[in-house]
Amino acid sequence: MNLDSKIPEGPLENKWSSHKFNMKLVNPANRRKYHVIVVGSGLAGGAAAASLAEQGYNVSCFCYQDSPRRAHSIAAQGGINAAKNYQNDGDSVKRLFYDTVKGGDYRAREANVYRLAEVSADIIDQCVAQGVPFAREYGGYLANRSFGGAQVSRTFYARGQTGQQLLLGAYAALSKQIGLGKVKMYNRHEMLDVVKVDGHAKGIIVRNMISGEVSRHAGDCVVLATGGYGNVFFLSTNAQGCNVTAAYRAHKRGAGFANPCYTQIHPTCIPVHGDQQSKLTLMSESLRNDGRVWAPMSADTAKQIREGKLNPNDVAEDDRDYFLERKYPSFGNLAPRDISSRAAKEACDEGRGVATTGLGVFLDFRDAIKRDGQKTIEERYGNLFEMYQCITGDNPYETPMMIFPAVHYTMGGLWVNYNLESTIPGMFVGGEANFSDHGANRLGASALMQGLADGYFVLPYTVGNYLGEQGVAAAGQVTTDHPAFAEVEADVKGRIEKFMSINGTESPRSFHKRLGNIVWEKCGMARSKEGLEEAIKEIQALKKEFWSNLRVVGDADSLNPELERAGRVADFIEFGELMCRDALMREESCGGHFRVEHQTDDGEAKRDDDNFTFAGVWEYQGDDTDPQLHKEPLIYENVKLVTRSYK
Amino acid sequence: MEKTMNLTLRVWRQKNRLDVGKFVEYQLENISEDSSFLEMLDILSEQLVEGGHEPVAFDHDCREGICGMCSMTINGMPHGPENGTTACQLHMRHFHDGQTITIEPWRAKPFPVIKDLVVDRSPLDRIIQSGGFITGRAGSAVDANAMPISKQIADYAMDAAACIGCGACVAACPNASAMLFTAAKVSHMNSLPQGKAEKDRRSLAMVTTMDGEGFGGCTNIGECEAACPKGIPLDMIAQLNRDYAVAQVKNFFQPVL
Amino acid sequence: MCSLCSFLKSTIGRKILMALSGLVLVLFVLGHMLGNLQIFLGADVINAYAYKLHHVLPTSGLWAIRLFLLGTIAVHLWAAISLTLDNRKARPQGYDEDKPIQASYGARTMRVSGLILLAFIVFHIAHYTARVIPSMEYNDESVMSPVEVPLVKNGHVVMKEGAPVMTFNVNDMMVDGFQVWWVSLFYIIATGLLCLHLSHGFSSMFQSVGLRNSLWRKRLDKIALIYGWVIFLGFAIIPVATLAGILKEDPTGGAGEPVAAITETLHK
Repeated sequence: MNLDSKIPEGPLENKWSSHKFNMKLVNPANRRKYHVIVVGSGLAGGAAAASLAEQGYNVSCFCYQDSPRRAHSIAAQGGINAAKNYQNDGDSVKRLFYDTVKGGDYRAREANVYRLAEVSADIIDQCVAQGVPFAREYGGYLANRSFGGAQVSRTFYARGQTGQQLLLGAYAALSKQIGLGKVKMYNRHEMLDVVKVDGHAKGIIVRNMISGEVSRHAGDCVVLATGGYGNVFFLSTNAQGCNVTAAYRAHKRGAGFANPCYTQIHPTCIPVHGDQQSKLTLMSESLRNDGRVWAPMSADTAKQIREGKLNPNDVAEDDRDYFLERKYPSFGNLAPRDISSRAAKEACDEGRGVATTGLGVFLDFRDAIKRDGQKTIEERYGNLFEMYQCITGDNPYETPMMIFPAVHYTMGGLWVNYNLESTIPGMFVGGEANFSDHGANRLGASALMQGLADGYFVLPYTVGNYLGEQGVAAAGQVTTDHPAFAEVEADVKGRIEKFMSINGTESPRSFHKRLGNIVWEKCGMARSKEGLEEAIKEIQALKKEFWSNLRVVGDADSLNPELERAGRVADFIEFGELMCRDALMREESCGGHFRVEHQTDDGEAKRDDDNFTFAGVWEYQGDDTDPQLHKEPLIYENVKLVTRSYK
Repeated sequence: MEKTMNLTLRVWRQKNRLDVGKFVEYQLENISEDSSFLEMLDILSEQLVEGGHEPVAFDHDCREGICGMCSMTINGMPHGPENGTTACQLHMRHFHDGQTITIEPWRAKPFPVIKDLVVDRSPLDRIIQSGGFITGRAGSAVDANAMPISKQIADYAMDAAACIGCGACVAACPNASAMLFTAAKVSHMNSLPQGKAEKDRRSLAMVTTMDGEGFGGCTNIGECEAACPKGIPLDMIAQLNRDYAVAQVKNFFQPVL
Repeated sequence: MCSLCSFLKSTIGRKILMALSGLVLVLFVLGHMLGNLQIFLGADVINAYAYKLHHVLPTSGLWAIRLFLLGTIAVHLWAAISLTLDNRKARPQGYDEDKPIQASYGARTMRVSGLILLAFIVFHIAHYTARVIPSMEYNDESVMSPVEVPLVKNGHVVMKEGAPVMTFNVNDMMVDGFQVWWVSLFYIIATGLLCLHLSHGFSSMFQSVGLRNSLWRKRLDKIALIYGWVIFLGFAIIPVATLAGILKEDPTGGAGEPVAAITETLHK
């Protein structure tokens, strides 16, 4: 597997500009001869499709939702980082770069992260030009806030709907191109496989989710911007439809999958209410500025609270364990996401959890209300408190809020080089679907930045470079008549027929839930060798059961959510195993990946820079063969590796 | 400790666009009051699958009230009885044991039923495609702070931009009018200085597309505003009317389209 | 498409026409009501008022205004009907369980109230302007009061060329008309519907031309309701007063003696 990262020569600051100069260009008059396929219409996909069409390429864009405006980028709340230094507080491209590399626990590629920081300022300009209504100060200039523990105020935001507004900006640009006929939009179409011709990605096979029709689409290259795989855990903050199928299918066709074990767990989600739950809801981390996290000191007290026999407000001070303040006196309740999440899990594992399921800890505003008054708290968090009350029915001004960690972002993804090109030539991967910029842990307000950076400012150059390299004579040469298309299409159809014909007794949702349980328990917040080995066995058994006992009702040639889910779950099962393998391989703790064997005496993550400063890239070897690991060494020339400490 | 309820559901079942469709009754037991409305439908689906029947098809995705995908009329009200709430954020504690709940798809000619509760809302996309954008090619933007925009205008634009495009306004309107949807986008973009260059064009083009898609007219009765999960106010429609009138007058003397 | 055509074709364009024609009609009903209320000031006053209306402009001007008002109604009606047809088409299938969330009764019944009002207007014009309703031909003096009475101003009969100026006996026409119970009932119902129609329409027209926001919506809705009630009470009080016997016929038109006596006195 060719893991040439193609990082340009020269000093870090000049890499992107000199690379832009060295890349091949396509004459504007020739661009209309090329056809680019973009899968996904979120920040990365939508922005890339719009930008490529603006440049003159013909684009086909696919999404599984009923409109490109609904991609899950829309759900991001907090904001988007950019090294604008509008606050004159010492921010710079270099600082954003450094913070991102450090936040990623030194498992990201320097050159990519630097480029991300570099184009971050352009993103804000671009979005403002498109009419994104960012928050402003009375003087009319853009407002910023500090986010995710950053020491500078570099986060731009649009109320609590930043993701929505940025996505609607990209959607508007995309819509314009659709209206002009430069982009052909395929809503409610799900990509089920990628087609390679002479080793290059030249097309995809999709299923029309309304008619069930399976069709071939050929292009000069393929861009995947299909998001993350958090739904492998069944319960996550992802949308219901988010899935790994496009990325995993590409993986099976030869794309390396990098660092699948890097998943981010967010500490402040609303706890699971029971087994009818379908989705976890995130609440802004800002709540931890004033809320105090605690669990009952004894399991017995916790039990009484769970059973409703004891009001948490009546628990004496001595019976409360403010575990974050106890363990991390200097950061206290503001300890980073991964650390806070693990501490909450530990408390629950000890039987001290609250909420009906025992999977929750308190986030108590009693002291803050006493100190600052209810009015101040209301001003700060009113909308979050309302949301909490809407979902749980509890009034957080009166009874302490309950929180529990939940999966909400995945740093791993398809391996890409500096050009965002995967190990399949001609297949580019942007946004959360690739692995490139966040290392082992993503900082708050950086996901939106990366999606748009890829879509507006990286892919439009690197895709053009690839097309230029192919030459204008090659433009549009591959059509769907090529035998490779027939072959892959037959595979896809065979798979659908297989799903429909198993006729077992268990629904796809049920399998999904079971898979989620396995990976959450054994490849979630804390992972062990033993657990992971068990998990792999259990997933393999589940896979067998899936293929022999699945039941898909309905038919394949109409709208059939059961069939859609079956396909996604089938891929999640195989992917879950890969994730566990990666977690097992990575004998260290870093960022979102915590191996219980690798911790300090007081329970902190212990990185192993000597042996694991690399991206672990997996190559598919066939259904019955273990995947092969390749390593892309991560070379740090500009940043010194240090241990994160929050004591 | 957890409270549960038994329910009777009357759900609109329709195989496809051409099918006539009818209500079918289902009994559901032991629904937790902490479940969301869509989780309740998930349980119904599992129950149907168990019996070998096709589950009820309904649109849904983010389940946190922002993507705008969920779309169903619950007891005659789009997104159900709670104010400012999408169906996915509606929780069963707002219903009571033994209640009969009627669930129907959005009803509007431009939104044909695809299956059960799933409708085709692509006309809304086409309205946006005809003018709901501010042309700003990637790479051409000036510095974001080059143009100060008063907080008042930025906030107003944000109020308008909060629309999630779910179509509840169309569903609630007895005329199936898409005025609130169109007005929200027009108000968002027309009020910002960046959007001024295309203002008249945008107003005319989007209204023409809206009418052409077969949506009805506005009778100013405000059902859309009441059904809107994001609280988009009727003010936006007033602005659309005004901007449209001005654009038509200008267009009369010097064509802008 | 020409810009005027596209304006007329658009739903918003037609709504604006509806609002502008509505504004004319809103002002007209107010003027009409104020005119009618003069009946309480005496037969001479209302008759003189009617005389003035007929003579302030040349006949062609009078007809121009009449046609303008009829045209306004026609525009209002056309906009309403064409929009209603479009609106019906846009929602061929309603909800099984259809509950309005907040829309007012007036807003939801504009079409019904409007159509009944239209029927009333036709009747009203036939009744009082064209005077062609059977058994109410005011020309028949054996049944009704004299059609023409002297014009009286400030208590004096206005004379011209040695003869009293004659005017149409509006006072008796109204009183005679309203003494028929079902005419009064229809009249009261119609003005009640007008009140309902105005309670939405008065505020709505500001919305249609884009001159309303949330704050003014609340205010205008209140003003609209008050306006509607004022119009209703102003119109309805006349048939009520007639049936209660407060308003009476005056065959002399306020002159105090019949026209024959006046002429006689004059000749003496």
